Amino acid sequence: MGKYILKRVLFGVLTLFIVATLTFVLMQQVPGGPFVAEKSISAAAMQAMREKYGLDKPVIVQYWNYMKNALHGDFGLSLKERGRTVAEIISTKFPVSARIGGISIVLALCLGIPLGCVAALHRGKTADNIIIVFSTMGIAVPSFVICTVLMYFFGVELGWLPTYGLTSWKNYIMPVMALSFYPTAYIARQMRSSMLDVLGQDYMRTAKAKGLSETKILYKHALRNAILPIITYVGPLIAYTLTGSFVVEKVFTIPGLGGEFVSSILNQDYMVIMGTTIFLAALIIFMNVVVDIGYTIADPRIKLR
Amino acid sequence: MSENLINTPTAVTPDDFLPASAEEKQSLEFMRPSVSFWKDGFNRLRKNKVAMVSFWVIVVVMFFAFAVPSFYPYKYAQQIRGSERLAPMQYSVTEKAAMANGEKVFPHILGTDKLGRDYAIRVMMGSRVSIVVGLVATVIVLIIGSIYGSIAAYFGGWTDLIMMRIVDIIYTVPDILLIVLMSFALKAPLAALATQPGFKWVNTLGVNLISIFIVFALLYWVSMARIVRGQILQLKEQEYVTAARALGASNRRIIKKHLLTNMIGTLIVTTTLQIPSAIFTESFLSFLGLGVAVPMPSLGSLASDAISGLQTYPYLLFAPSILISLIILSFNLLGDGLRDAFDPKLKN
Repeated sequence: MGKYILKRVLFGVLTLFIVATLTFVLMQQVPGGPFVAEKSISAAAMQAMREKYGLDKPVIVQYWNYMKNALHGDFGLSLKERGRTVAEIISTKFPVSARIGGISIVLALCLGIPLGCVAALHRGKTADNIIIVFSTMGIAVPSFVICTVLMYFFGVELGWLPTYGLTSWKNYIMPVMALSFYPTAYIARQMRSSMLDVLGQDYMRTAKAKGLSETKILYKHALRNAILPIITYVGPLIAYTLTGSFVVEKVFTIPGLGGEFVSSILNQDYMVIMGTTIFLAALIIFMNVVVDIGYTIADPRIKLR
Repeated sequence: MSENLINTPTAVTPDDFLPASAEEKQSLEFMRPSVSFWKDGFNRLRKNKVAMVSFWVIVVVMFFAFAVPSFYPYKYAQQIRGSERLAPMQYSVTEKAAMANGEKVFPHILGTDKLGRDYAIRVMMGSRVSIVVGLVATVIVLIIGSIYGSIAAYFGGWTDLIMMRIVDIIYTVPDILLIVLMSFALKAPLAALATQPGFKWVNTLGVNLISIFIVFALLYWVSMARIVRGQILQLKEQEYVTAARALGASNRRIIKKHLLTNMIGTLIVTTTLQIPSAIFTESFLSFLGLGVAVPMPSLGSLASDAISGLQTYPYLLFAPSILISLIILSFNLLGDGLRDAFDPKLKN
């Protein structure tokens, strides 16, 4: 067990290192450097700026310095928002995204799992068909379509919900709906098939033969086993919610990290791009490792390698 | 063995060596014609109504995306003065005047956008871009993934171990993050490349489109490689591979002729399901403003443009939104249908 966890963590660190290196290399490809966009800048000032940010040094030294600082939590200064550190930006924007993302994940799990169970238990009946149609549609519709359609109907046509900002609880409804739509559909689909799988197992018949009550069979035997594959999806789900926030935060103009990432790319603020990429990647990789380890603990049948 | 000895007649008569009579030949004839793998699969697919409807939807969308724009009276980048922001089936003042003079004016079926471009043709071109991206990216993924996976599985041992560790690492890399990052970082080098002689095609395709393909080539083949490897690990233990090797077939020939042909069903299904995911990614990038270059439309960028005028021109949003959902849905359902039809485990 300890060996497995160690291996997973080492792999996580290696992946993160590769992502960070790749990000650094990619950012070197962007021509002109960060100060070209500044219009009135003399050659001397440019040189001073380059020295200040350490851009005059060889790439390998820059890389070493960046990695060293990043390990200390220092991702440098934003190039567009003067005087703000990247770490500051991340620490103010991330909680916003985390709140919306967290609500969406909880909502998706709370809706998707029961929906999948209901579908499996009523296989072939109307309820099952409705849920299948919903989950098939939910997987096919891109998040930006959901966002814009929601915004049109609830924000523009009906005028029930505010279309931008994040001031009251009402502001959360549409972004959370948009973010949790796909995962709910996906979880419902997975849950249905894993529940059907479990319902066909021999131990279900044994439980029934023992004379256990229906509810006990359902909760103790069926649900517990059927829910295991869903745990593996929680890792990708977190990654999806984070990347989904790019679109959702852009559409609803929410001051979160996803929106910041996109606007930093469009603004070519490459220190922010690097900082957020590494931060988000670290988060996704970390959550994946946690989920994988959790899964192996939850399911004793899995052999640890 | 002992049973066999009892049943076999010990004495062989000369009659046993006579040519078979017509009657005896009759017994060898097939009860029904043999059904090939493909025929069997397609028969089952044809019975699947959902998959067939999806298939025809894709055919119709492709017809509109690839054939119709060539004879459509408007061009996708053509700006018609005075016809800005028309509602569907509406005519501008000049067009009405022309019609009063007896001229024929083709209606703007979906209206026009703020630059006076016919929206129907833009939606059609957008679908074309989306479908082309989906298909090309999938072909790239298919080629790289199947070659990588088969090499890893076939050679096994250390080669396999190292190759699959690389896959593991790429698999855990948060793909969307890197795609966004790469499409940004590759823009400048590709634009520089486009100015070199002989690389004009880079500009015609659009820098962003190429960087999407590069990203797919770098990141998205891993799940394909895993599937191919798993299949080959199963197949390579089969007797016919041993037989082929005994006959002196080269590694290359065995991979190509025996392993890949036997897993083609799985490959087709995985490939079909890869297409919608590529379309999905492209529309996502275009929506964020990192996709195809203007004036080339894509369903994602059309939807993105429509947001700013959502209150007054909501119809601009619906066509691309519905279409992209329809395309992805159809490919998904067709892929599911193909899997049901070609998976030998699900037979009967």
